[in-house]
Amino acid sequence: MTDLSESRTDRVAPDAAAVRDHVQLTGEGVTVAETAEGVMVAETDDGAAAAETDEFGTRQRVRRPAVASLLAVLRWAWYSLTSMRTALILLFLLALAAIPGSILPQRGGANPAAVTAFFSRHPTLAPILDHLGVFNVYGSAWFAAVYLLLFISLAGCVVPRAFRHAAMLRIPPPPTPRHLHRLPAYRRWETTLPARDAIRAAQQVLARRRFRIRVDDRTPAVSAERGQLRETGNLVFHIALLVVLLGIAVTSGFGFTGTVILKEHDTFADTQIAYDSFSAGRMVNVGALPPFTFTLDAFRASFVESGPTRGAAADYRATVTWQPRPGAPMRTSEISVNHPLTVDGVNVYLTGHGYAPHFRIRDGSGRVFDETVPFLPRDGVFTSQGVVKLPDAKPQQLGISGFFLPTAAADPVTGQPISIFPAPDNPVVVLGVFGGNLGLDSGVPQSVYTLDTTKMHLLGKGILRPGQTLTLPDGQGSVTFVGFSDFAAFQLTRDPGKPIVLVAISLAIAGLLVSLGIRRWRVWVRAAENEAGRTVVEVGGLPRTDASGGFTEAFARLAEELRRRTDAADAATDGESDGVMRIGAGSRRDDGVS
Amino acid sequence: MSVDPGLASLSNQLVAAALVGYSLAFVGYAVRAAFGVRVPEAGQPTPVPDAGQPARRAVALASVGAAAVGAAAVGAAAVGAASGDGTAGIGDTAAGSPPRGGLPAGLSEDRPAGGTEDRSDRVRRFGVRAGRLAVVLTILAWLIHAGALVTRGLSVHRLPWGNMYEFTLALTWAAVGAFLLVLARYRQQALGLLGVFVMIPVLLALGLAITVLYVAAAPLVPALHSYWLAIHVTAAIIATGVFTVATAATVMFLVADHYASAERQGRPVRLAALARLMPNAAVLDRLAYRAYALAFPIWTFAVVAGAIWAEYAWGHYWQWDPKETWAFITWVVYAGYLHARATAGWRGRKAAYVALFGFATVLFNFFVVNIFISGMHSYAGV
Repeated sequence: MTDLSESRTDRVAPDAAAVRDHVQLTGEGVTVAETAEGVMVAETDDGAAAAETDEFGTRQRVRRPAVASLLAVLRWAWYSLTSMRTALILLFLLALAAIPGSILPQRGGANPAAVTAFFSRHPTLAPILDHLGVFNVYGSAWFAAVYLLLFISLAGCVVPRAFRHAAMLRIPPPPTPRHLHRLPAYRRWETTLPARDAIRAAQQVLARRRFRIRVDDRTPAVSAERGQLRETGNLVFHIALLVVLLGIAVTSGFGFTGTVILKEHDTFADTQIAYDSFSAGRMVNVGALPPFTFTLDAFRASFVESGPTRGAAADYRATVTWQPRPGAPMRTSEISVNHPLTVDGVNVYLTGHGYAPHFRIRDGSGRVFDETVPFLPRDGVFTSQGVVKLPDAKPQQLGISGFFLPTAAADPVTGQPISIFPAPDNPVVVLGVFGGNLGLDSGVPQSVYTLDTTKMHLLGKGILRPGQTLTLPDGQGSVTFVGFSDFAAFQLTRDPGKPIVLVAISLAIAGLLVSLGIRRWRVWVRAAENEAGRTVVEVGGLPRTDASGGFTEAFARLAEELRRRTDAADAATDGESDGVMRIGAGSRRDDGVS
Repeated sequence: MSVDPGLASLSNQLVAAALVGYSLAFVGYAVRAAFGVRVPEAGQPTPVPDAGQPARRAVALASVGAAAVGAAAVGAAAVGAASGDGTAGIGDTAAGSPPRGGLPAGLSEDRPAGGTEDRSDRVRRFGVRAGRLAVVLTILAWLIHAGALVTRGLSVHRLPWGNMYEFTLALTWAAVGAFLLVLARYRQQALGLLGVFVMIPVLLALGLAITVLYVAAAPLVPALHSYWLAIHVTAAIIATGVFTVATAATVMFLVADHYASAERQGRPVRLAALARLMPNAAVLDRLAYRAYALAFPIWTFAVVAGAIWAEYAWGHYWQWDPKETWAFITWVVYAGYLHARATAGWRGRKAAYVALFGFATVLFNFFVVNIFISGMHSYAGV
């Protein structure tokens, strides 16, 4: 059997049919021409704006208008903003804008104190940088400007494209171009099968491969297209990103977050004043937070007792009694690290814990203060540091600065008491008691966890076990370490945009997989009788997206199957193929490497 | 749960063995690239391609090729000196260059020339054998590498990606796996040169892992105890591995494209022999694109899984922690690459530079952010 196969591959260039589609879709008054890069240049009749668009009508780069009317300029601005090139530049700007926030300390970040530290290290530079907003990059106006412009550009590109795609889905594949051999991939062969039967066979092959088909009975020919889902996935991905931004906007407008430390038996009522730190979106009415309350009944932490991970937290959980609103029935729940409590749309996370030593302090005048103060853990063995301030003590203000050691032991080298295990197996406090002026009236806000001893003097120091008392000299009073209780740190967050973000991001990933995984192409098959009375079958292929590759191979496989199916002898036996045709890299071949 | 010291030290030995295997494979690929292509006789015209057949590639001078591949191929250079007796001039080979534009998929072929067997054919066969051996060595070393990961994991009773050392072991394994996948998928001998470009970063990373980043096997800090570790970090490892191979292909594309454009414009090029070793630029570009298109959704998933884990562990799904920020920057840059490929005036070299910049952000995130910038990921440890 003679094989007249002829194969050809070219650089991807739009064919007449593609250009024609484009004209149909772009509408009247627009002429389209192709450039060397396979991009179409659309020129409006009035010469107001000229833009290069891809096959989906997305502008790639826009030329300045020749006519300088306001409308033309506005149109040019909008076209420029929604063009691919602008989107690219905005993407790079976004990447660039995100960098300073990863290098400089951030106010909203995990360690806001680092900003203060940076200010004291660089007293002249820091205020200048602060003006530029680099200590709050992700909340700054210029960062917002970049991503908002990007998203406007995205919306301006994607929304019209979605309508165009919806229209495309309803129209059948374009008719067969006259010069099939001008397409990027082409093959022809002869068969004894009548032309109509050949086309019917081709139609079956294409239908089985899930092409959308348009049959032209006159020629006869068949047009086929597949992979529209690629553009669908692409649009889903981009629209989902817009929805992600919407979800973030909802959270930043209607969400709030705050932290609170509760000792056992403390009660928290959800008002702004009850938080240790609190930040809320603009749309939140901080006077009307959800009116729930909860009480920390008990806190339990357990630690790994032996082995190399000794001292690591095995588990910690808080038992709370809560009430969604005053007068509602009380309920009891457990909160642990990965299991927040949800009340009224607010998630209550357990984020940390520690010990709050209980002191009974007698001042010089004989007045007794009972103070249970959270000491913040400094390390993995819960060496905890804290401060007690007694501004009302007489005759002078008293301050205690100390460490709580849950399991104390003597340091083998220095002999100093240190903590060796986070559980309270041998609790000890190491104290220094100061008298004088706490400096609270200076007007400068003070941390409740540090003691300013510049105007104070040391009255006494000591190491106490529960029940032991440190007596201060000269009748200035005494400090008794009564015992301790646990405290738990909670973070309360209302994040109304979170479900939106989660759903949208899942859709985005699904869309991405579809859009990057599916090939979009068109195939035309035409059959005609030649002078010798034999049927000449021609098949041409056109990739319709930026070639992710494999088009040539896929076309070769399809053309080969079409050839076999339209070959009378082979169609009868469905026999083997001589498979001599090869196109480019599609030819799989054993070689030295494999 | 305690550490099994026996398994841990077995793991270390397996890593060393894998490193030796990869090094030998690297030399093999270099030899393959240098000698495994046919050297035309001086003055002899290149065979005209048959109709419907891809053009055969004209091929470089063996000795120059060996020099170009560099000092790494020391063994190769020795053989090259023995055989490279100046059979053809460099200018000569340029005349027999393949039609790069017309056949985007045309990779170099190497069939023996017409029946006569001469010295260059023997050299070529030697090169081909070296290439085959390199693939076998790569597969063996990769299996040993897998063994190293498994024993490391068993010795600490968890997935072995809790610190930078383990992460490096895992991602080099993923990179070699991705490379083997490319070989299996394409079965193109010219991609042997890709082996050189993949093995360089793999060997560097592994060398760094066992010298600088090494930490003894130890259990994980409890904060990392979560099945999200498996999901989030595994995705990040696979994506990084695939990005590595894609980057190797992109670098090769830039070299090949440089030569191709010089050739089109008739400019003289330095190291013309290296140009002959390069697979077709379009093929490399497409291979790279496929790899990026595969890795990008995986990277997206890794970032999203990280956000979900952060939501569980920290109460915020996104806090602009430095590591998160750089993962985001990487994502944005690769998104830029994918768009650049679809944008007029950005295809080809410019898009390739964007992709290289993307990998630079990956490296920055891994080395600079992990080591020098503290954040909530810091306890992942060096």
